[in-house]
Amino acid sequence: MAEAFDEFDELELEEDDETEEGKYLTFNLDNETYGLEITYVTEIIGIQKITEVPELPEYVKGIMSLRGQIIPVVDVRLRFSKPEREYDERTCVIVVEISDIMVGLIVDGVAEVVAIPEEEIVPHPDLNETDEQQFVRGIGKVGTAVKLILDCQKLLEDDEMENHNQEA
Amino acid sequence: MAEQYMNDPMQEVFIFETSQQLEQMEQSVIKTEALGSYPSETINEIFRIMHTIKSSAAMMLINNMSILAHTTEDMFYFIREEKPAVIDVSTLSDLVFEGIDFMKQELEKIKAGAEADGNPEILTDKIKEHLKQLKANNNLTDSQVINNEPVKEKYYISSNKAAKISEPKSYQAVLQFDEDCGMENIRAFTVLHNLQEITEAFRSTPEDVINDPDCVETIKRDGFILQINTPEPKEKLEAFFHSMAFIDQIEIVELDKTREIQEEICGLLSEDTISVPQSKEALTACLTNKEAVVNNGNQSQSMISVSVEKLDKLMNLVGEMVISEAMVTQNPDLKGLVLDNFSKSARQLKKITNELQDMVMSIRMVPLGPTFFKMNRIVRDISKKLGKEINLEILGEETEVDKNIIEQIGDPMMHIVRNSADHGIEAVETRIRQGKPRIGTITLEAKNAGGEVLIIIRDDGKGLSRDGILQKALENGLVGDEAANMTDTEVFNLIFLPGFSTKDAVTEFSGRGVGMDVVAKNIEAVGGNILVESVEGQGTTITLKIPLTLAIIEGMNIRVGESCYTLPIMSIKESFIPKAEEVFRDTDQNEMIMIRGKCYPIMRLKEHYKVKTGATAIEDGILIMLEGETKTTCLFADELLGEQQVVVKTLPRYIRRMKKIQGLAGCTLLGDGNISLILDVNGLIQKRLKN
Repeated sequence: MAEAFDEFDELELEEDDETEEGKYLTFNLDNETYGLEITYVTEIIGIQKITEVPELPEYVKGIMSLRGQIIPVVDVRLRFSKPEREYDERTCVIVVEISDIMVGLIVDGVAEVVAIPEEEIVPHPDLNETDEQQFVRGIGKVGTAVKLILDCQKLLEDDEMENHNQEA
Repeated sequence: MAEQYMNDPMQEVFIFETSQQLEQMEQSVIKTEALGSYPSETINEIFRIMHTIKSSAAMMLINNMSILAHTTEDMFYFIREEKPAVIDVSTLSDLVFEGIDFMKQELEKIKAGAEADGNPEILTDKIKEHLKQLKANNNLTDSQVINNEPVKEKYYISSNKAAKISEPKSYQAVLQFDEDCGMENIRAFTVLHNLQEITEAFRSTPEDVINDPDCVETIKRDGFILQINTPEPKEKLEAFFHSMAFIDQIEIVELDKTREIQEEICGLLSEDTISVPQSKEALTACLTNKEAVVNNGNQSQSMISVSVEKLDKLMNLVGEMVISEAMVTQNPDLKGLVLDNFSKSARQLKKITNELQDMVMSIRMVPLGPTFFKMNRIVRDISKKLGKEINLEILGEETEVDKNIIEQIGDPMMHIVRNSADHGIEAVETRIRQGKPRIGTITLEAKNAGGEVLIIIRDDGKGLSRDGILQKALENGLVGDEAANMTDTEVFNLIFLPGFSTKDAVTEFSGRGVGMDVVAKNIEAVGGNILVESVEGQGTTITLKIPLTLAIIEGMNIRVGESCYTLPIMSIKESFIPKAEEVFRDTDQNEMIMIRGKCYPIMRLKEHYKVKTGATAIEDGILIMLEGETKTTCLFADELLGEQQVVVKTLPRYIRRMKKIQGLAGCTLLGDGNISLILDVNGLIQKRLKN
């Protein structure tokens, strides 16, 4: 009996894994398509009024209110050192939550949710441990298309480099 | 063992009550020590507390605490019963304190979800040793008074029972309970239960007080009638009934037909119809009830303890409500409309919301007293260790502060008091040589001042040495050549810099040089600040300025370009539209304005925070005069948007982690759903000075 139960539990877990893991929310910036692990994504909302907060890095656009909760918003374009672009009706805010920190990511628009099995993801060719600025964890293949898989954790880490520069 | 009780309400109650009792005990022991002897109330109190903790700890399966409490209880049992003439108060207090510390530590472990695994043996051995010595000193080695009934509840009237004398007599007693005491049947049961200690032969009307639903009414109407057969004199019975709670009138009549009633009662007794229910549940129910009545008196009925978490939630809800209220009453759809009835209702709503908010705030306010009294212990420990004589004076302990703030300032206060006792107050000989009173004094004072609470820690010790501080600061590279020109206040503020400590020798209590900067940080974290004043040779005064509450402030919303900021009303002195010709610049291009013969610097938010939009010409905007801690300054903004109560929210963690933005206290949601940044006036002024 007990064994049967155990097996059942495992089955359920695997099913859970299938729904969350290996699925990516993809969005486009210029010509590239990026993928965010769907487990981190809380919701996607249209662009809202953002209150500027002074003295922050340029890519932190400010704060906005998400049903009474105040969350910071980061412009992903600026974060990736791409030129800024006017927000339009396609501009979206992807709200992600990682280890209790909620952040809104401004993107040009979301594309779709795709499943990319781990074996279809190849590591970034230049990735090494010390590279602070590398947000791309790996490159996923979906048919002939290529999706850049983002390291969410890293995306939210403040860059140490910049901080040191400011202090100096 | 402890894990299974995680978040268990029973455990919560245990932790809460036990820590309160320990706190209470600590205070009484400190008071006692000053007296030099243990008065019997204190002994009884300690005994009672230890007894309670012993039982409750045993119930919670926390054996080490139970064992320790038991040993301590034994010691005080001996002291209480034998009243030994020679008591080493200081050693005894030390032992009790050690015990309290041990238990507090265990409680912390349980709170953290760990197992209470401390070993009480060293301590219990010490206590036992002390008890032995006590006995030896008082020639009572063979005393039979050993409290060897660890778990059974004790009833201290029992000694009366032994004194049975002479012929039994019969009485009839009619008891009237207080009119509004409620639960008459339970009260009656308590009487019956306690009566058993005196005599076994009695009968009551109504008979079955617990199960008879009508008996409450009967007792109310006719009184509670008891027929008692006892050898005790009438006075004793009267005294006994008087000692019970909620009894209004007692009427005792000695009955002549002693024999008859006695027989009748005996008959009843043998027939086993005695009316005291013996079921364990009923007994415990009644016991708890009795205890509650005895311990807390009438207060217990009007007090309730609520978890802080719930209060926080309530607070948040009220905060949201304040915002929604503003959203409704200041709705843009209503602009330009004349709505008399609506405005009337809106005013009413505003009034109620404000009252509700004040109420919630007042619930969260707790007096500083307990935090202050904790310092007693620190001062005691230090003065004992260092052989100093220090008196701690406490003033204004009834001053109330928000619960969250109290939690934050406990540690900083402790640091400062510790510093005063350790470094400030001199040794006895030095004090006498300098013509100071032999006993040093540390004063802890709290008082309300506007929207702030001042906590003043004053000592009459040696004070801060300007030269000493400067020299040290120079050595550590904290100051440069400007040192000679610094004011005393500036010099004294150096002690709050990280890595600064004037005391060369590191003592057990302080002097590692990590203290004061942490203090400053903690106080700043709650939006307060520290002022130091000192006269060398006469003492030091450290003042902590703490905001009353963190949560809701009266704010003035201002606009700069497209951004909205909120200023605390408290810091605004006035606002006016300046004329271009009134403004002038010094050689460093700092803008200033002359108002009523006084010169004030002008600070443009637009420039400070690099806002891209907004007025540049001085006559297009408005100047708001802000009064800070030390300086007054004029802030330039586009326009005033209006007054509003705002709920202070911290900036998101992501941003706080990135950078501490000087001059920003937090943010808030406005009536229209937009976010406004709350400005911190002192931070702004400091920021301006730095630039």
